[in-house]
Amino acid sequence: MDWIRRSFYSLAAVVASAFPSLANDIGQADKGEAVFRECARCHSVGEGAKNRVGPHLNGIFGRRAAAVDGFNYSNGLTRMGKDGLVWDFDLLDRYVENPKAFASDTRMAYKGLKDAGQRADLLAFLRRYSDDPGNIPEAAPTASGTDHAVDAAILALQGDPEYGEYLSSECTSCHQLDGDNDGIPAIVGWPTEDFVVAMHAYKDKFRPHPVMQMMAGRLSNEEIAALAAYFGAAAP
Amino acid sequence: MKLNRRLFMGGAAAGAATLAAPMAQASTHGKPRVVVIGGGAGGATAARYIAKDSKGEIDVTLIEPSRSYYTCFFSNLYIGGFRDLTSIAHSYGKLAADFGVNVVHDWAVGIDRDARTVSLAGGGTMPYDRLILSPGIDFVDGAVEGWDVSHQNAMPHAYKAGSQSELLKAQIEAMPEGGIFAMIAPPNPFRCPPGPYERISMVAHVLKARNPTAKIIVADPKDKFSKMALFQEGWADHYPGMIDWIGSDFGGGNVSVNPDAMTVTIDGEETKVDVCNVIPAMKAGRICELAGITDGNWVPVNPHTMQARADENIHVLGDASQQGDMPKSGFAANSQAKVAAMAVRAALTGSKQFPAKFTNTCWSLIDTDDGVKVGASYEATDEKIAKVDGFISQTGEDATLRKATYEESIGWYAGITADMFG
Ligand SMILES: Cc1cc2nc3c(=O)[nH]c(=O)nc-3n(C[C@H](O)[C@H](O)[C@H](O)COP(=O)(O)OP(=O)(O)OC[C@H]3O[C@@H](n4cnc5c(N)ncnc54)[C@H](O)[C@@H]3O)c2cc1C
Repeated sequence: MDWIRRSFYSLAAVVASAFPSLANDIGQADKGEAVFRECARCHSVGEGAKNRVGPHLNGIFGRRAAAVDGFNYSNGLTRMGKDGLVWDFDLLDRYVENPKAFASDTRMAYKGLKDAGQRADLLAFLRRYSDDPGNIPEAAPTASGTDHAVDAAILALQGDPEYGEYLSSECTSCHQLDGDNDGIPAIVGWPTEDFVVAMHAYKDKFRPHPVMQMMAGRLSNEEIAALAAYFGAAAP
Repeated sequence: MKLNRRLFMGGAAAGAATLAAPMAQASTHGKPRVVVIGGGAGGATAARYIAKDSKGEIDVTLIEPSRSYYTCFFSNLYIGGFRDLTSIAHSYGKLAADFGVNVVHDWAVGIDRDARTVSLAGGGTMPYDRLILSPGIDFVDGAVEGWDVSHQNAMPHAYKAGSQSELLKAQIEAMPEGGIFAMIAPPNPFRCPPGPYERISMVAHVLKARNPTAKIIVADPKDKFSKMALFQEGWADHYPGMIDWIGSDFGGGNVSVNPDAMTVTIDGEETKVDVCNVIPAMKAGRICELAGITDGNWVPVNPHTMQARADENIHVLGDASQQGDMPKSGFAANSQAKVAAMAVRAALTGSKQFPAKFTNTCWSLIDTDDGVKVGASYEATDEKIAKVDGFISQTGEDATLRKATYEESIGWYAGITADMFG
C-alpha cells in the first residue's frame, strides 16, 4: 500500500509544480454543505449516518476504497480497494470530478462535478466528518490537478480495429475474450468512450494497478483508440 | 563458432529487411506450410495465432509428443495443495477442432535445414516453409555431481510438470517427522527465475501443516535470486526457522549428491536427506542442438521476429531462445509467440507487420493468500529484447493487496491457458 500512496503523493507534487496557477485554495465547508445537497439524495454523512443508495461518508478521508461493511460496491472500486487505494483529497477530487473516468463500472449514477472550486468546497465539508483528514493540510493551498477528464480530441479518435486486434494479443495473456471476470476484469463489449477514459486513467496513473499502469503507459492515444474499437466490438 | 558468428550477422540483416518490406514468400506447393515443434507456452500460442489470423491461408502443423500438456506454471501450487493435477492439464482438442491446426503426437528427431524438413520419431518427414521451435529446456549433463536424468525418480527435478510433480509431492508428503527436504537450485539462466523459491514456499506450506519440525535446505550456486527480499520476508513471517538457504557465499554452489545413499554434500559437509529436489543447469531443448542453431546452451534470435540468427526460416521461442532481457517464463513465451506469429504471416502471406512489443508478469505464491508479482515491458532493438519499464511487489504490503495479487494470478492462469489452447 505504501508505494501507492507514495506514487500518488509524488503525482500531486508533479501536478503542483507543473501547473502552479491551478492549485486550489482549501474550499469553504459552509458552501460545500450546499453542494452536498445533490449528493444527499443517495449519501448520508454525520451522526447516525447509514448506507442508503450510496455508502455513508463518515470517515471517508483515509478510508480504503469500497471498505464500508455491508455495502455492495462495483467490482471496479472493490478491486481498487484491494489494490490499496485509500481515499485522500486528490483521489476524491478526481472521483467526484468524473466518477466513470475513475471507476468505469461505478454504481454512482452521477455525471461528475466540473467546477474545481465547488469540489474543494464539497470536500472541505466532508472532511468535517473524518477523524483523519487525509492529505488536506491545515492552511496551505492544496495542489490538485484539474481537468482529469480525457481531452475531447482524444475521445474523438477513430480507432483502427485491425491494429486493435493485433495489439489486443498483449491483453489476452490475462484478460479473456469470453468475458470471464474472475480475478482479472472482463474488457470485452465496453462502450469505446469508457474504455478510452479508463486506459488514460491508468496511463496517467490515477488508477492504482501497476501492471495496467505499465501496459497503458506505453500505448499511444491512437493505440488506445484502436484497442477500444476492437474490444468494443468483441462480443463476450 | 565462426560459422555462427557469420550467420549471426546475416540473420540480423535479413531480419531488418523483413521488417522494412514484408514480402510474400513464393510457394511452389500451394498453401505455405508452418511446422511448430513443441506444444507448450510458446508453441501452442504460435500455432493458434497463425492458424486463427491467417484464416486458412497457412497450413499449420503442431508436433508434440504428449496428449496432455501439464503447465509448469501453477505446478508449484499443485505441490502446495492449492490446485489439483487435472486443473493444470490441457489437451490439444480445440487447436485442432476450432482452429484447424494439424496436431501430430510425435517427437521431432531431426531437422534438415537445406531441404526444410522435420523428421519424426514415428518415421516420415514434414516439409515446412517456416519452422517454429519452442521445445522448452533440457538439463546440462553433469551439472550436478552425482546426478543425471536416470536418477530423476530418486531425486526428482519436477522442472517439467506432470508425473515429476506428482512424484515430488508424494515424496514430500511421505517425509518422516522432522525429516529434511533439500533443493539443489540452478545457476542462471534458467526457466522461471522465481520458480525454485515459490516451490520452497509451497513445500514449507505443506510441511508446516503436516510435519512442522521438518527442515528445508536450499543449496544455491547464486548469491541472489528473483523476488529475494519478498520471499525472505515471507519465509521469516510464515515459516520461521524452517528454511535454510545456503547461497554461493557459503558454498551453496559446491555441491554433490548421492541418489543411492540419499545424501547431499554441500561445501564438504555431507547430510542425509529424505527428499532431494535437484534442479540442474539448463539448456535449450535438444532438438535445437540437432538443428545446429545453438550458440553455447541457447539459440540466439533476432528480437524483431524471433528468427534464429543462424537460420531465418526457423523462429525460436520461449525458454530455448537467447533474446536479451526477458526471463524464461510462460508469459514471455506466449508474448514472443505472438510476435513470431505476426512475422511468419507477414513473410508467408504479406499481411501487415507491426513493431514487436513484449511483456511479462510472473506471480508467485508464498503462503495462502500471500501473492506477489514482478513484471516488465520490453521492445525489440537490433541487438536484443530490451527492458523498457517494470514493477515489483513491495515488502510490507498489507494482506488485502497480497490476496488480490493471488486472485489476479488465478485470473491470469485462466487467461493465458485460453490464449494458448483456445
Ligand atoms: C515450477 C515452475 C513454475 C513456473 N511458474 C511459472 C509462472 O508462474 N509463470 C510463468 O510465466 N512461467 C512459469 N514457469 C515457466 C514456464 O513453464 C516456461 O517458461 C514455459 O513453459 C516455456 O515455454 P516453452 O514453449 O519454451 O516450453 P514448454 O512450455 O516447456 O513447451 C515445450 C514443449 O515442447 C515439447 N517438445 C520438446 N522437444 C520436442 C521434440 N523434439 N519434438 C516435439 N515436441 C517437443 C515438450 O513436450 C513440451 O510440451 C514455471 C516453470 C516451472 C518449472
